[in-house]
Amino acid sequence: MSLVEVKGVSKRFGGLRAVSEVDLSVKAGEVHCLIGPNGAGKSTLFKLIVGLFPPTSGSILFDSVDITAERPFARVQRGMSIKMQAPSVFKELPVLQNIQIALQERTSGAERAREQERLLELLGLAQDRTKMAGALSHGQQQWLEIGMALALQPQLLLLDEPTAGMSPEETFKTGELIKSFNAEGMTVLVVEHDMAFVRQIAQRVTVLHLGKIFARGSLDEILQDEQVAEIYLGKTHAH
Amino acid sequence: MIKLLEGPQTLGRGPVFWSCFLAVLAGALIYPLFADSYDVGNFSYFLIWIFMALGLCLMWGYGGMLSFGQTLFFGIAGYAYGVLAINMGGGTTTIAALLLSVVIAMIAAGILGYFMIWGGINGIFFGIVTLSATLVLAFFLGQTAGPEWHIGDARLNGFNGMKGMDPLAIGSVYIEGSALYYVMVALIVIVYLALRMLVNSGIGNVIVATRENPQRAEMLGYDVRKYQLLTFVLGSGLAGLSGALYTSWGQFITPSSIGLPAAAMPIVWVAFSGRSDLTATLVGSFLLLFGFQTITVYSQQAALVLMGALLLATVMAAPQGFVLGIGKFVADRLTGRGKRGEADLSAASTLKTDEA
Repeated sequence: MSLVEVKGVSKRFGGLRAVSEVDLSVKAGEVHCLIGPNGAGKSTLFKLIVGLFPPTSGSILFDSVDITAERPFARVQRGMSIKMQAPSVFKELPVLQNIQIALQERTSGAERAREQERLLELLGLAQDRTKMAGALSHGQQQWLEIGMALALQPQLLLLDEPTAGMSPEETFKTGELIKSFNAEGMTVLVVEHDMAFVRQIAQRVTVLHLGKIFARGSLDEILQDEQVAEIYLGKTHAH
Repeated sequence: MIKLLEGPQTLGRGPVFWSCFLAVLAGALIYPLFADSYDVGNFSYFLIWIFMALGLCLMWGYGGMLSFGQTLFFGIAGYAYGVLAINMGGGTTTIAALLLSVVIAMIAAGILGYFMIWGGINGIFFGIVTLSATLVLAFFLGQTAGPEWHIGDARLNGFNGMKGMDPLAIGSVYIEGSALYYVMVALIVIVYLALRMLVNSGIGNVIVATRENPQRAEMLGYDVRKYQLLTFVLGSGLAGLSGALYTSWGQFITPSSIGLPAAAMPIVWVAFSGRSDLTATLVGSFLLLFGFQTITVYSQQAALVLMGALLLATVMAAPQGFVLGIGKFVADRLTGRGKRGEADLSAASTLKTDEA
């Protein structure tokens, strides 16, 4: 069963067609990676799904409900959560407060205290709880934002380049973390460039090119596609 | 609830801070016993404006919305008090007039705020629209000199202003002099503590989150427009409280208390004090009002020039506010955080050296 269905969605910015007639289905419980060269429209498609951009045409369904006209907060309340491409935390507020703001609608009292400790430990930020979020390293800010997205316990977690700026060890750890959320039933849609990371987590892959769906399937199927190799991966990656 | 009096959004916590708070409050309560009635009346006048400053602090410092409209709502409530008090008669009905005039200002703020916030107006444009609305009201009231401009028995009187309304009263007893002073002190304590609780609550968390990054706040499931509107209505309502109290205190109100020079004053008070903290705003605004009034006795122009110079000095030297800066410095010295901060910096520089 599809948790998210994108049906014939296009997005124009003036004369530029960033996303063109895209159909995408994300099944409940899968880790789905969206890949493609720079400018392929991946982040635009993400923003269309969470409602930061209205589509020029087409419709978006979440859990079989048409959410095309809904504002982002309403989509989040339905069970979506996103980590943006650039770290998007509350930089002038302490780390702990960032987590609390994300948690406060869903939890209270002792439960919130337990949950915030669990998240801080999970993110490796327990020692930095009183630091301003803006004082964290780029990688730590990425982690904090992932933690804030997780605090909502979403059905669908959207991660836009979650490992940008992370070391190989942090990238691997992030992949394992995503797999553990997925094992608990969370559906994850990821935009990523790092093919080793995609290989680590992806169950299905969709390739976007020039705003259109170019290919879809398992990572192995994608890697064996000569056309994909030519436009994006480079032939050396395909073999 | 009491726990919310302290929190990440407010400077000042622990026994030392609250002992100072109680000492200042005690000083304020015994002040009329030692001062003459003229000075007590003057102090009441200074305190009138504090609500407006706290309201702007909430909107601008905590909510990130620079409103130039504090005197707009000050004027709406001030004139509303006059109209209501004149038409409803004196006595205890003046209390109802006070409350109703604040409600009217909040409704006006709700309408203006709805169109601005739902219309996506933010940043500098928020200031421009609120300033425009303020000037429209000031100019409109300035041309209401003719006898045709009246609401019931209340003449608007153009630039000469509205007068003849009763001050606050209970029955036949006017609330003036020391009684008015104590009412002001009580109201300020209530508003100050209530605002501390608000900004340290979950709602306050969302208000500051919206200031920091509205898109991220929305992506955590909050309809940030509602929180912005709430902040705007509360902050403007406090300006309305100042306006209604001002009219009842002086028994007059003129369009000049709404116009451009008046509209700039709250910005100066709050910027100089430190817009991101309620206590800094409370203390700083009182000191500025006291200083302004003292200098005005000799030269109003000199006082206005000083206000302008203070705003410039704040922007150039202490963008976060002078009083807040001093407060943080003192707090850091008392708690030893300054030394820890230096240690952190030292550790950070060592780390950078190692990385290099």
